[in-house]
Order: sequence, then structure tokens, then C-alpha cells
Amino acid sequence: MNWRRVWTIAVKEYRQFFRDHRTVAATMLMPLIQVVLYGYLSSDVRYQPTIVWDLSHTAESRQLLQAFAQSEYFSFKYTANSMKDVVRAIDDGDALVGVVIPPDYAKLLHQKKTPQVMVAVDASDATAARTALSVAQAAANSVAQRLQVRQLRMSGASVREIGIDVRTRAWYNPGLRQEVFIVPGVLALVMQFTMTFLSMSTIVRERELGTLEQLVVSPIRSGELILGKMIPLITIGYINLTTILLFAVFWFRVPILGSVLLLYVTVFVFFFTTLGLGTLVSTIAKTYIQAVQMIQFFLMPSMLLSGFIFPVAAMPPVLQWASYLVPLTYFLTIVRGIIIKGVGLDYLWSQLALLTLFGAAVFATAVLRFRKRID
Amino acid sequence: MKGETSVRAESLTRRFGNFVAVDAISFEIHSGEIWGFLGPNGAGKSTTIRMLCGVLEPSSGTAQVLGYDVARDPEAVKLRIGYMSQGSSLWNDLTVEEHLRFYAGLFDLHGAAGRKAVEEWLDRVGLTERRSELAGELPGGYRKRLALACTVLHRPEILFLDEPTSGVDPVSRREFWDLIVGFADAGTTVMVTTHYMDEAEHCNQLALIYGGRIVARGTPDELKRAPDVGVTVEILSAKNTSILDALEDVPYVLSAALYGSSLHVTVDRREDVEQLRRLLGEHGFPVDELPIVTPSLEDVFAALVRPA
Repeated sequence: MNWRRVWTIAVKEYRQFFRDHRTVAATMLMPLIQVVLYGYLSSDVRYQPTIVWDLSHTAESRQLLQAFAQSEYFSFKYTANSMKDVVRAIDDGDALVGVVIPPDYAKLLHQKKTPQVMVAVDASDATAARTALSVAQAAANSVAQRLQVRQLRMSGASVREIGIDVRTRAWYNPGLRQEVFIVPGVLALVMQFTMTFLSMSTIVRERELGTLEQLVVSPIRSGELILGKMIPLITIGYINLTTILLFAVFWFRVPILGSVLLLYVTVFVFFFTTLGLGTLVSTIAKTYIQAVQMIQFFLMPSMLLSGFIFPVAAMPPVLQWASYLVPLTYFLTIVRGIIIKGVGLDYLWSQLALLTLFGAAVFATAVLRFRKRID
Repeated sequence: MKGETSVRAESLTRRFGNFVAVDAISFEIHSGEIWGFLGPNGAGKSTTIRMLCGVLEPSSGTAQVLGYDVARDPEAVKLRIGYMSQGSSLWNDLTVEEHLRFYAGLFDLHGAAGRKAVEEWLDRVGLTERRSELAGELPGGYRKRLALACTVLHRPEILFLDEPTSGVDPVSRREFWDLIVGFADAGTTVMVTTHYMDEAEHCNQLALIYGGRIVARGTPDELKRAPDVGVTVEILSAKNTSILDALEDVPYVLSAALYGSSLHVTVDRREDVEQLRRLLGEHGFPVDELPIVTPSLEDVFAALVRPA
């Protein structure tokens, strides 16, 4: 390895990158745009617009509706005068939830019978619908329990309200803030995206331009060339990482509980995976467009399988196995582990070892293939 | 050392799938020669050069450059040669000086030695004044000169130039060739491909490649006197294009092409000249005499590559 040659390449790449103001702007701004968008869009499903058709019009029915409202999951925006109104509001998309209380609601309660209340949800978005249904059920149960206790007391029995006191502790993210979970994930995602694309463009563009041939005829070795091209990209990657972290901490108030140093070291390992991947693709693709199309085949599933949105533990076994083939899965676990949980190497070493293995394998394959693909 | 063998190719072949780009060609280039490789696009010129530079592996056959086998020892070859590819070898977003410094670094010319080489070549190719300009903003002729300077900065023993003057105006081409001839005079071996026949006249040795095979070789003069290139006559007429049409599909006419204001027609044998004169008369283009002229390399080339 001739380090002066590596440095010669690196200087050229630095010059070219920073001379192209548009690419500089895109590379620096895109991560921030993503962090801001994901950070704000990831808030919980709350205050679902709800339409109510209350046929009972009693204190009891209003008590039930109040319990719904207090859950903060429903926002009573519309009242209906017929079932048609309810259906139309949900069909139109004005309301996502419809609540219908029958005329005999209060009467049945007094007769100690069980009235039926209808809660219909627009279940197009299954996750939001499931939340709304279970919240409604829980609200109704607590109302029923209170009524029962009151009735027993009125009948002269001495009743103590029995309950199981569940003391909840939200570990690592006591505020249950979604952005605490999402922002570190976006960091991982952005790193992967930026690094693969930059490494692809730096090599494939050179091939398209015809200058790659010129480099191949020079005494430079494949390893020196690739390393020289990677050094500026690693610098850019660290600039991105730093801006995202600053944004996460000072804008989204996401605390970094673990070691920042460990985070920077891990990212270095991840660079080899992503830069290697970009290089590998550019040994196959003849043009930049081809390379972009190829990399999508990897980036898309890797985002979905990594646990960025859907938890790996909740996946069917086959997909769980597939997720272990995605380096982003390990990187995501490490990044979240360090930032959110504040754990260190003693917990994360196995993930880091696997990530290192991936990085080494991908990068070595890329360098080897690059040597052969010069024609 | 003049006269030594710099390049030796034996049955050099390159296939791309079923297509044979270079078909078992053999040749030798001696040091200090300007060896011209002529042929139409797709004939196999670039493929041959790329194999000699160690960029492309030969499918079969061997090639030695300065005694090193290009397939087995490509890195040793790369240190000693300069290669200017057909496509662009410049980065539009780097300046003239940055290019030269980059190549100096690649070839381990660091510090004072590197700076000296850069200054020397800026001066020799006349780019000292334009050292801070971006390559992308240079006119075509200057771009080629910069590319050449990048190629020769490390003082290679052999220069491989693949159509170095394509897309360059005639004045720049002449200046460019002055540089090439200068290198050869200083002892550098030059292998150059071109399809400009006037450039071929600068070469000591020529090889004509067509369909992956060398169809003729020799000095420019030898090629023009070769028996199988036919007899070239000159026709002076105001109706050149009509005559060209009339000569199409005449079996003994090997080639016919405009040559300045006249026509050059190459026929198979000397006896065909009289036949041609009569044929022209029949078509309403009477000529008294058809003077035999020395064929240009273009005539030679057209006659040789005429499809059978």
C-alpha cells in the first residue's frame, strides 16, 4: 500500500467534491430534511376525528362519551342524526371513528342489563384502528366498573374497589416519545443512503467519463484507488453524523445516554459496509442509472427488514432470518442501544462483531471484483 | 536504445462473447519508432492498445511490452508506459495544474521532482498561462495537449496514443504531431492509432487493421507501391458526383473517392484503366487521358478494405 498515492487520490476527490456546490448542498441538507420529517411525522395516532350518534341523550351516555374523550384518542368533531350520517362521514374520510349509543342505553343500565354501544372504525390503517378499538374498550370497561361499584354501594353492601395496581415504568424513554425511537433510526438510514450513493457515483461517474481507464493504466492498485476515494466520503459521513446528532440533541431533545466515542467508532465500521456496497454495485453497473436501480433492490428491503419501522421480533420467522442478512439491522441495534439505552460494548459487542464481519466481507469483495472488472 | 524490440505481439486475440474484436494479430514495434495503427472504427485498434497497456486481458496469444508479458505482469508494464485513451481522460472540474500534480502523485513524483515535472510540461505543451483554468473550459486542442502532458509526465519509454487528435482542428493537430515527433526523436517509442490518413504519413511504420486482422503493413511508401493495392488514376471533371454514382458496382473498380477537386479511382490492374476510360465515355463523361498517380494512403486503405 503506497499511502502517498492513496493521498493523491483523496486530494483529487476532496477538490472535486467541494467544487461541486450543488452536490455539497444536497449531501449536507438531505440528512437534516429527513431527520426533521421523520421526527415530526412519527407522532402517535391520537385525536382521531370521531362522529357520534347519541340516541340516549342521558347523563349516563354523556358520561361514557366523556370517558372516551379523556383518553385523548378520540376527538368528537361531528354529531349525527342518523346511521346514514355516520356511514357518510366515515366513507368521506371526515371521521375515522363512529360511536353509536342506543336509545335504551341508560334504561338497560338501570335494569342491570348490558347495553350495546357500537364503535365503528375505519380500519384501512390497521394499526391506528387497533389502537382506537382497544382504547374504546378500556374506556367502556372503566365506566362499567365504576357503575357497578356505585350500585353495590347503593344496595348497602360495603365494597372496596378492587384493582390491580400496575406500576408502569417506561424504561429508556420515560416520556414515551416516538421521536426518541425514530431519530436514531433515521440517523442509521441516512448514513446508509448517503454513503452507498456517494461511493457509487464517485466510481461509476469515473467509468462513464472514461477517466477510470486512465487510472487503471497508472501504477495505482485497486485497493489504493478505492481507499483514496473512500477517505473524503468518510469525512463527509462524519460531518453528516455530527450535524444529525446535534439536531437530535438540541432540536428534538433526544438525549444520548451512551458513549459518543463508541458511536463514532461503530459508524466507522458501518462505513466499510456501505461504501463497500456502493463500490460493489459500481463494479457491476456500467452507468450511474443502472447502479441506482440496482442499489434500490438492496436499500428498500434493508430499510423494511432492519427494524427501522417494524420491530424484528414481530416479524414472521423467515423475515426475521432475512433481517439478519441486512447489516443495517445490526447497526440500528447498536445506534439505538448507545443513544436510547446508554449501553456499551459489553452488551453490543456481538452486534458490532457481526457488523465488522459484514463490512470486511463486502469491502474485500468489492476490492477484488474491482480489480477484475476493469474492461 | 534504437532498434530494440519494444512491443512484440504474437497471435494476439480478444473475443467479446462470439465477436472476435482482434483476430490473432502479430507485429513488432522497435524502439524510437512511430508505429501507426490505421483502420476504421470498430476494426480492433483500441482493443489491441488496451491489451498492450494491461487494461484488457487477451483471450489468447501473447504480447510483450518492454520484455514484460502484459497478461502476467501488467503492473510492471503500467509503470513504464504512457497511455492516452480515446475517450476523455480529464476531469472537467479540475484545473490544468491540478491534473498534472495529480498524475505526478500517481507516478510517485513528489516534492521538488514533482513540481519540476509539472512546470516543465506546462511549458512544453504551452499551458503555463492557462494553469488555473478548469479542464472543462479548455478548447479541444488544449484539452488534448493537457491529456498528453498527463500521459508523458513520468517519462514513459513507450507511448500508446489512441486517436489522440480526434475532434481537433487542423492547426492543433499539426502542433500535436510536432510533439509526438519530438518524443520519438528523443527515443520514445510511439504507437498511435488514427483514421486521419494525412497523419499516417508521419509514421515510420504502418499497419492497416480491418475486421480484427492486419491487412497490410509497411512504411507509408511501401504501402503505396504494394502490388495488391491496384492502380490509381486521377479524373478531372466537373461532374464528380455523377461519375461516382456511375462507378458504383463496377467489378474492377476497387475504390473511388473525391480527392480535392478531382477524383481518385483505383482499379485492379493496369489493363483496367483503358476499360474505365471507355466506360466513362459510354456514360457521357468523355476523357482523353487518365493519368496514373501515386495513390494516397486513403486510396490504398479504401482499396484494401473493400468488401470482397
